[in-house]
Amino acid sequence: MIQFIQSVGRQVLDSLAGIGYALAMLMGAIIGKPQPAKSWPLFIKQMYVVGVLSMLIVIVSGLFIGMVLGLQGYTILVDYGAEQSLGPMVALSLLRELGPVVTGLLFAGRAGSALTAEIGLMKATEQLSSLEMMAVDPLRRVIAPRFWAGVVSMPLLALMFSAVGIYGGYLVGSGWLGVDEGAFWSVMQSAVDWQDDLLNGIIKSIVFAFVVTWIALYKGYRSVPTSAGISAATTSTVVTASLAILGLDFILTAIMFGG
Amino acid sequence: MESRKTQLWVGVFVVVGILALFFIALRAASGTMTTSGDSYTLYAKFDNVGSLKVRSPVKVGGVVVGRVTDISLSGDYYEPRVTMSISKDYDKFSEASTLSVLTSGLLGEQYLGLEPGFIDDSVGTLEDGDTITDTKSALVLENLIGQFLFSQGNE
Repeated sequence: MIQFIQSVGRQVLDSLAGIGYALAMLMGAIIGKPQPAKSWPLFIKQMYVVGVLSMLIVIVSGLFIGMVLGLQGYTILVDYGAEQSLGPMVALSLLRELGPVVTGLLFAGRAGSALTAEIGLMKATEQLSSLEMMAVDPLRRVIAPRFWAGVVSMPLLALMFSAVGIYGGYLVGSGWLGVDEGAFWSVMQSAVDWQDDLLNGIIKSIVFAFVVTWIALYKGYRSVPTSAGISAATTSTVVTASLAILGLDFILTAIMFGG
Repeated sequence: MESRKTQLWVGVFVVVGILALFFIALRAASGTMTTSGDSYTLYAKFDNVGSLKVRSPVKVGGVVVGRVTDISLSGDYYEPRVTMSISKDYDKFSEASTLSVLTSGLLGEQYLGLEPGFIDDSVGTLEDGDTITDTKSALVLENLIGQFLFSQGNE
């Protein structure tokens, strides 16, 4: 019994220490005198790795998810003679939920795991320690550009996802199933609010970007420097980040749209 | 060379992202941006506003001229009072105008239909802050069914 309570205590202390380490890492990475001349090229490089290379998967999945939404929404709405509401259905579900959430999940799988593996390997091959030996702060040099690249690129990816998804819904709904084109756009325009839907979706994607990138970097930075440790850290990144996205999504939705 | 290619791709990435934002903002959500110009406020008292919501459109013959900005109870008898913001482009409505709660389609959203009244020397125009008193309330299905059953019972 005492052992059980002790193990619970240890778990809690470990996770608290983990949060503390993660916060310390983040603070060390983003607080400090900005050095644009040095960090800008690093940032651009990471934007390419994190953002540009994720673009294809995000756009393709956005297109297909939009098309599926159009198809599924149509078959349900047509029963009620309300197929003109297809536009707002597709647009609202993409902008409010699917855009940020699915992009976040894809981003965790595509970019987050790569970040963890890369940093874990840097740690295992002692590149991080050698940076420190050369009096280069690895937090500023390695973590910070990756963090900012993730935070900047994921909202952009989510926007692309939503835009392409809406277009996919339009292709299926209007081009194939015969919803009136004018009604599709105009009903969507009257239902979608610039601030309530678009802005809240962007806020969501920024929050997810922050969380996913942070988790990925922390898991890499704190990974056990062996091949098994790196693989465990990579798995843990995808699992933790996905759970964090889904949990946070509920909280954010309740705050933004629940009241 | 490698870094220039990287920069080019990042530039493409950012531009595509911003284009996506513009696409959504203009194509999917422009309806609400166009009504954010100059506007003036009108009030209207109803017996029943049905399921009218804040941001529901106010239409004249199907054309959106403004939006509902607030719905509250007012006065000693707790009458529902609707606050509307009407675009300044349409500021010559007669005081004899009537307002009714209408439904677009069978299952559609409810909106306010403004029926412009006649203009005469004796009738002024609606100004900022005026209240429209000649209103028709929303149809409540239960009341309709009740009336129907009542009239059936009399026969």
